[in-house]
Amino acid sequence: MIILTDEPLDPVAVTDSVRKDGNGAVVTFLGTTRDNFGGKAVTRLEYEAYDVMAIRKLEEVRDSLCADYGIEDIAIAHRTGRVDVGHVSLVVAVASPHRVEAFEACHEAVNRIKTVVPIWKKEWFADGSRWVACEDHEFADETEHHHAHGERHAAAVGDD
Amino acid sequence: MQFDVRLFALYRERAGSSVVTVDVPEDATVGVLSDAVRAMHPRLAPPEVRIVVAVNAEYADDDQALNPGDEVCLIPPVSGGR
Repeated sequence: MIILTDEPLDPVAVTDSVRKDGNGAVVTFLGTTRDNFGGKAVTRLEYEAYDVMAIRKLEEVRDSLCADYGIEDIAIAHRTGRVDVGHVSLVVAVASPHRVEAFEACHEAVNRIKTVVPIWKKEWFADGSRWVACEDHEFADETEHHHAHGERHAAAVGDD
Repeated sequence: MQFDVRLFALYRERAGSSVVTVDVPEDATVGVLSDAVRAMHPRLAPPEVRIVVAVNAEYADDDQALNPGDEVCLIPPVSGGR
């Protein structure tokens, strides 16, 4: 199951889609809107996607991880548009016969999604907004925020 | 060749439009096209930053050749997080 939608996500349905009696472990990751960034209150997130390519890349992530970890199926659902604080923007569900593969594949799936899938996240504050990643490594003409670290944005991975 | 180049997120906002129409020579590569867009919109990205391009919904190298009708998009860095 690969879903890209501007509607609220259903983590239970996404999780159920990968459950099978032959699997003893199910790991589901939820990415949710955090209420702060760098000490500033975040009021909401906004996601924008290049739909056709995003779905293609999500399918590639699923297929390559299924092969790498010997897993039958991985389900991914990503929301677009406005996502308020506490709401879910990403669901990744992995089921496998044993837990180690499920945890690792789920973690790696989120990492890859954040690296290769053309979906962009904008953080909204009371006094403005910024495109995450986009502006971290560029001139700060629309944000005062700057990372001092030397990582490339493509290596930045993790939560929402 | 003329292309309607799609822009997303930060690039869309900086250009003030989700589509930029560019004319490039028949033998133009991805790099030539992205330079042409940047010439039209110098604030799109700093000069030292390479703009990632997708052709027909797949990441493309700067030396890839373009064909008439290709769907070309400029891809800002994706959402990150940790």
